[in-house]
Amino acid sequence: MMNRVRLTEQKGTLLVVRVPEELDHHAADEVREETDRILRTEDIHRLIFDFSRTVFCDSSGIGMLMGRYKIMRALGGEMLAVHVSDHVERILRISGVMKLISVKKDERGGAYEKAD
Amino acid sequence: MKKQIKNQMKLEFDSISENESFARVVVAAFLTQANPTLEEVADVKTAVSEAVTNAIIHGYEGGVHTVTIEARLDGQQLELEISDTGVGIPDVEKAMEPMYTTKPELERSGMGFLFMEAFMDEIQVDSKPGKGTRVRMQKLLGKRME
Repeated sequence: MMNRVRLTEQKGTLLVVRVPEELDHHAADEVREETDRILRTEDIHRLIFDFSRTVFCDSSGIGMLMGRYKIMRALGGEMLAVHVSDHVERILRISGVMKLISVKKDERGGAYEKAD
Repeated sequence: MKKQIKNQMKLEFDSISENESFARVVVAAFLTQANPTLEEVADVKTAVSEAVTNAIIHGYEGGVHTVTIEARLDGQQLELEISDTGVGIPDVEKAMEPMYTTKPELERSGMGFLFMEAFMDEIQVDSKPGKGTRVRMQKLLGKRME
């Protein structure tokens, strides 16, 4: 079994989701469940998907991101994706998600500090 | 002159979501003989993932049955066949439209076929309601060598 790193980290009204190595249908279901559980019970204004360790993403990952984007928009909050690799960026671009969600390629840190 | 590769493989596995990554890894390992670029490997893995996920979610609707992958290499030409014996697709043309999904409640993005088309050279979908679906895809590998 792989080492289970905690999927999410909450800092006040900021929620950071550490996206798994491979964001496919299987992993997307886990991320969706955990993220929505927190969004339902906590007051989250900013949702960040951190793709630092992610090397694979397919349309199931896109569906999950779009779903969370709709929730954050309904809550009046914002959502972004950070540290995306070339492959993930390509998937986000082809799917059109980049037009909706703000995506940052590599600069570290900044996006977290600005919260709250 | 390098020897031309001619090779084939067939893989059968249960339609459970854990096998999506397994299927991608097996196909990626199979095509290393054709010396693909990293981008080509990522492209094929994405296409495999989409077709296998479709078989699991739509073909078998969550039930556990068999998904079959056949892969053939003829020189640099890769052919993949991913099939299930599930419910089938009543209207293939409609299913292939971007953003079209029969399962919005599962947050399906409707982009599976779009990605398969974007990342492979050719795609053909044969499906019969009640009989199952077969997706065939082709891609020329090792384009950097040209």
